[in-house]
Amino acid sequence: MLQKTEKYLYRKPESLTDNITIYCSGCGHGIIHRIIAEVIDELSVREKTIGIAPVGCAVLAYDYFNFDVTEAAHGRPPAVATGIKRCLPDRIVFTYQGDGDLAAIGTAEIIHAAARGENITVIFVNNGVYGMTKGQMAPTTLLGQRTTTTVKGREPYQHGFPIRVCELLATIEGAYYIERTKIDSIPDIIKTKRAIKKAFTYQIEKRGFSLIEVLSTCPTNWKKTPAESMEWVRTEMASFFPPGVYKDKGVAV
Amino acid sequence: MVQKRIKSVILSGCEASAEGAIRAGCKFYAGYPITPQNRFPEYMSVRMPEEGGVFIQAESEVSAINMVFGASAAGVRAMTSSSSPGISLKQEGISYLAGCELPAVIINMNRGGPGLGDVTPSQSDYFQSTRGGGHGDYRTITLAPWNVQETYDLTYLAFILADRYRNPVLVLADGMIAQMMEPVKLFPWKKQIPKKRWALTGCKGRRPNSIKSLFLTPGVLETHNWKIARKYQKIIENEQLYHTYMCNDIDLLLVSFGTCARICFEAITLARAQGIKAGLFRPVTLWPYPSEHLKRIAEKVKKILVVEMNCGQMVEDVKLAVRNDVHIFFYGRPGGGVPAPEEILKEIKRI
Ligand SMILES: Cc1ncc(C[n+]2csc(CCOP(=O)(O)OP(=O)(O)O)c2C)c(N)n1
Repeated sequence: MLQKTEKYLYRKPESLTDNITIYCSGCGHGIIHRIIAEVIDELSVREKTIGIAPVGCAVLAYDYFNFDVTEAAHGRPPAVATGIKRCLPDRIVFTYQGDGDLAAIGTAEIIHAAARGENITVIFVNNGVYGMTKGQMAPTTLLGQRTTTTVKGREPYQHGFPIRVCELLATIEGAYYIERTKIDSIPDIIKTKRAIKKAFTYQIEKRGFSLIEVLSTCPTNWKKTPAESMEWVRTEMASFFPPGVYKDKGVAV
Repeated sequence: MVQKRIKSVILSGCEASAEGAIRAGCKFYAGYPITPQNRFPEYMSVRMPEEGGVFIQAESEVSAINMVFGASAAGVRAMTSSSSPGISLKQEGISYLAGCELPAVIINMNRGGPGLGDVTPSQSDYFQSTRGGGHGDYRTITLAPWNVQETYDLTYLAFILADRYRNPVLVLADGMIAQMMEPVKLFPWKKQIPKKRWALTGCKGRRPNSIKSLFLTPGVLETHNWKIARKYQKIIENEQLYHTYMCNDIDLLLVSFGTCARICFEAITLARAQGIKAGLFRPVTLWPYPSEHLKRIAEKVKKILVVEMNCGQMVEDVKLAVRNDVHIFFYGRPGGGVPAPEEILKEIKRI
C-alpha cells in the first residue's frame, strides 16, 4: 500500500493483464500494447472498450488486454469493428492490425470503413513483414528488402511497390484523423502515445474514423538485433514512410 | 385463434424473409447486391432504420459476413443475405461464426452455378449448405422453405435456432422463391431474445469477455471440437422438420425440397388423377436431415424418386436414410433449369 505522501510514477496499466506475451525480444507489439492500455486507462474507458485482434502476431491480444476483445478473420477487423460499433455506438471500439492484415488481404475493408467514416480507431502496426508466418514479404516491405519470399530483395516490377497506407487513406473524405509515428526512441514513443490518445479522444467525441500507423520492429524476421532494428526503423523505414500528420479534421487550418 | 384475423399482404420471398427477420428482432443487416436477392438489401435499407436497426451496404460479401460477426459478438440479432457466388465468399466468415459459437442468420437465394453461372433458380448449393460449407469440422442448420409464407416463418425460426445453439443458420431458398410474389400472413412473433452473457458489451461490472476460435494449446481445440460436435448431435435429435403429402397409401415416394417439392406436389396431383399412387416427402431441415422420418415412410415403397434442381446432391442423404433394397431414381435439372410438373409425371410413369 502507498503511504499518503507517496504516489505511483509508473506501474502496469489496469488495461493489461498479467499474462506474459509471446512476443520476441525487441518486437514492437509489446510497446504498442502498453501505449494503448495506458491511453485507455487515462481516458477511463476500459469498461466500455471493445478491441478487435487481428490474425497476425497480435492474434492473442485478448489474452493481454484487460477488457472485451474479439478475434476477427485475417484482414476483416474493420468490418467486425463496424458491426460492433454500429450496434453499440457509445462503446469505444478499436482494431489492432498488422501490415499484411490491413494493407494486403484487408485492403477493401480498411478503405471502406474509412469511406463510411466509421467512428472507430485503427492501430496499424507496420513492421514491413509477415511476422506470424515467419517473415514473408508484406505490402510494406521496402524495395530491396530481403524476406523469405523475396530472398534477393524486393523487386518493384516482380513483387510490386510498397504501399503507403496513410497517404492513401488521407485522400478519403470520410477519414477524420490519420497520423504515422514510430517507436525507435523515447520521444517517438511519447509522440505515438499522444497520437493514439488523440485518436481515442476523437472517437469519444464521435468525430469519426482515425488511423495511427506505427512503424515497428520485427528483429526475428529481419534477422537483426533489437538495437539494429530500431536503427532500421529510424533510417530506412522512416525515409520511405515519413512520420507525420496526414490528415486531422480536428485542427482548424 | 388470433392468427385467423391476420390479413394477408403480397410480398416477394426476399421481402417476406426480410420482414420475418425484422419481426424476429433482427437489428443488424449487412449485404451486397447480387441477383436474384437484390430486393433483400433494398427492402432492408428502408425497413431497418424504421425499426431502429442498422442497414449497411457492405463493400463485399466477405465484409458483410464479418460485419454480421461483429454485430453478433455485440449480442445483437444479425443477418446477411446473398446468392450463390456471394455465399461462397462468406464461407470463411461462417466458419469463424461456427468456431466462435456466434449466432447469425444467412439467407441464400440459390442461383445456377458453378462460377458465375446464371441468375435463374437452382438448388445446387445443397452440399455447400449441408456439409459445412467452409473449412473445419462444423455444421450449419439449413432450412428450406417452399413458398413465400414459409420463407417468412422459417426466417423467424432461423433466429430462434441460431440463438438457441449459438450457431449460424442458413435459409436455403432459390431465385424462384426470392422473386415470386405471394400472399403472406405476417404472424406477430414473440421476440424471445435470450440473455447473452458472453457478448462483448464492455466489461463494466464483470470480467472481460473474449470471443475466439483459436486454441493453440495442444488438445484444447480437440476438446472444443467435441463440444460443438455434441451440440450438433443435440440439433440432430431435436430440430428435424419435414412435411409429407399423400403418403398414407403409396407405391412411389418422391423426395424433394423447396421450389422443386412444390412442383412435385403438382406432379403428384396429376399422377393421382391417373390412378398412380405417388406421395411426397419434403425435408424442411436439410441439415439436420430428417432421416428417421424418411426411413419410416420409405418402409412402404420399393421405389423412390428424388427430384432436385441440381445433379442429384440430396440423393446421398436419401440413400443414407432408407433401406438398401429400395430403388432410388433421380430426376434433376441443373444450371437453372426448372422442371415442369408434366416432366416429373413422365418420369414417374417411366420408372
Ligand atoms: C485467410 C488467411 N490467409 C492467410 C493466413 C495466414 N496468416 C496468418 S498471419 C499472416 C500475416 C500476418 O502478418 P501481419 O498482418 O503483417 O502481422 P504481423 O504478424 O507481422 O504482426 C498470414 C498470412 C490466415 N490466417 N488466414
